[in-house]
Amino acid sequence: MTAYIVRRLFATLPVMAVVALFVFFLLRFAPGDPAAIIAGEDATAEAIAAVRGKLGLDRPMVEQFFVWILQLAQGDMGVSIFSNLAVTRLISQRLEPTVALTLSTLFVAVALAIPVGVVAAWKARKLVDRLVMGFAVLGFAMPGFVLAYILIYFFAVQWQLLPVQGYRPIGEGLWPFVECLILPSVALGVTYMALIARITRASMLEVLAQDYIRTANAKGLATDRVLLLLALKNAAVPIITVIGIGIALLISGVVITETVFNIPGLGRLTVVAVLKRDYPVVQGLILVFAAAKVLVNLIIDISYAFLDPRIRY
Amino acid sequence: MAVITDDLVLPSRRFSLATAIRRNPTIAFGAVLLAALIIVGIFAPYIATHDPFKLSPINRLKPPSERWWFGTDQFGRDVFSRTVYGARVSLIVGLSVALFSSAVGLGLGLLCGYFRKVDGIVMRIMDGLMAIPSILLAIALITLSRPSLGIVILAIVIPEVPRIVRVVRSVVLSIRSQPYIESAIAGGTKNTKLLLRHVLPNTLAPLIVQSTYVCAAGMLIEASLSFLGAGVPPEVPSWGNIIAQGRTFFQIAPWTILIPGVFLAITVLAVNLLGDGLRDRLDPRLARRL
Repeated sequence: MTAYIVRRLFATLPVMAVVALFVFFLLRFAPGDPAAIIAGEDATAEAIAAVRGKLGLDRPMVEQFFVWILQLAQGDMGVSIFSNLAVTRLISQRLEPTVALTLSTLFVAVALAIPVGVVAAWKARKLVDRLVMGFAVLGFAMPGFVLAYILIYFFAVQWQLLPVQGYRPIGEGLWPFVECLILPSVALGVTYMALIARITRASMLEVLAQDYIRTANAKGLATDRVLLLLALKNAAVPIITVIGIGIALLISGVVITETVFNIPGLGRLTVVAVLKRDYPVVQGLILVFAAAKVLVNLIIDISYAFLDPRIRY
Repeated sequence: MAVITDDLVLPSRRFSLATAIRRNPTIAFGAVLLAALIIVGIFAPYIATHDPFKLSPINRLKPPSERWWFGTDQFGRDVFSRTVYGARVSLIVGLSVALFSSAVGLGLGLLCGYFRKVDGIVMRIMDGLMAIPSILLAIALITLSRPSLGIVILAIVIPEVPRIVRVVRSVVLSIRSQPYIESAIAGGTKNTKLLLRHVLPNTLAPLIVQSTYVCAAGMLIEASLSFLGAGVPPEVPSWGNIIAQGRTFFQIAPWTILIPGVFLAITVLAVNLLGDGLRDRLDPRLARRL
């Protein structure tokens, strides 16, 4: 087991190395002069030269690369062109709202989608199942930001049940914190819910067709115990996989959801940095988001070994 | 006796539209919806009731009415006409993203699946690309260039390519060990001929299915990028741009956001349904798993 975890841990290194290389070469091989684009439309020659100096683009490529890698290894992601603050500091300041939003969405989506998927599989081809699958198809097609505005229109503007936008840290009380996260979590989580519900249904249907389920039913085991203890447990591996894959969806969605709901997290930071063409910040954020995604995949891979003892690599 | 032979007449081999629709309702539904949107896109100048760019400050933020079917935005521009023109942008982006990423992904996938030496390197790069969330990758590419439709398409194609490569590669890997491929190799068939004649045709069905999903993803990413202000130039009436510009006045003029938003959702729905239907028909192995 330990050997497996260590091996998986080492397997993430080449992926992160490719991400780092990609981020490095993207700036260096971009068409046109990135320094001129970052400096802005009507920048003087000196301003462009200043940006080039700040990014270290005026030095030889090999030197730039080693300086960059060494700094990165020490946890130094450079300095924002606009605020002159360290990128790591900007990111750590904005981390809390994004983590809160992602976790609450994960919680809402998993807590709703798995029971819904189980019921759909149990009542397969009945009305409930068709309704659930219909919603899943709609959920896939609904862009998160459009749903967000529909939710805001009804729940915040028309019925005034929830705040229109904003974020309150958990330090200001539990209800204000939760209240601000409900609409964003639903808007962000709907595609994710559709995905989990669909795979839960498919995976459950496969397990429910097995002989041991028929045996359990025949010997008179209660339906809820058959569904939850036998079937769901054995259907868990694909569901866990999709929960993991879906976190990548959430990470992309965070950028948009935070913009709609004006939540001061990493997503907002990304958009602001992009609009100001603050490349060091964008670069740092890509590394952080990619690392998060790789870490989630790692956790998922390791969880397989616990869930299904047959899996050994 | 003649009665009996009449009963035994084989079903007509002629293509019957009604039968086709009955057998594949999702394909038919998706295709009809998509065709309608393509027609709207092509004939946008004839369908639009106003000039989509014309500013008219007196008529700003008018609710939907007989004159402005979908109302007007904060500059008095007609939302209906802008939405109709927006179909063009979405369709161009979706179809080009599907086409380019399929072409590149097919090439790379064939090479990776067939030549083991290429596989190691290319798949590591693909894993790295897949680790970066697609919207972020697109945003990073756009940060470094001047905004244009071409750049947006390129920025969406790059993160979508690995998804195609993976599908094509897995098909090639499973085909490679088939006896007919081995006998073709033993018979001295050249690599290029083997790839094109024997391997390529097997990849087409999963490729078509995957590329419809990529098309839908491309439309969603384009709208998201435009919504964030990092997409096509703001003067282009794309659905993402119309929604982004409606944000400020959303509470008093929700139609500027909801109507283009619903159009976007319907378009993506049509493409997804087409993809689901094609998957069930062309790739039954995958269909059973979902």
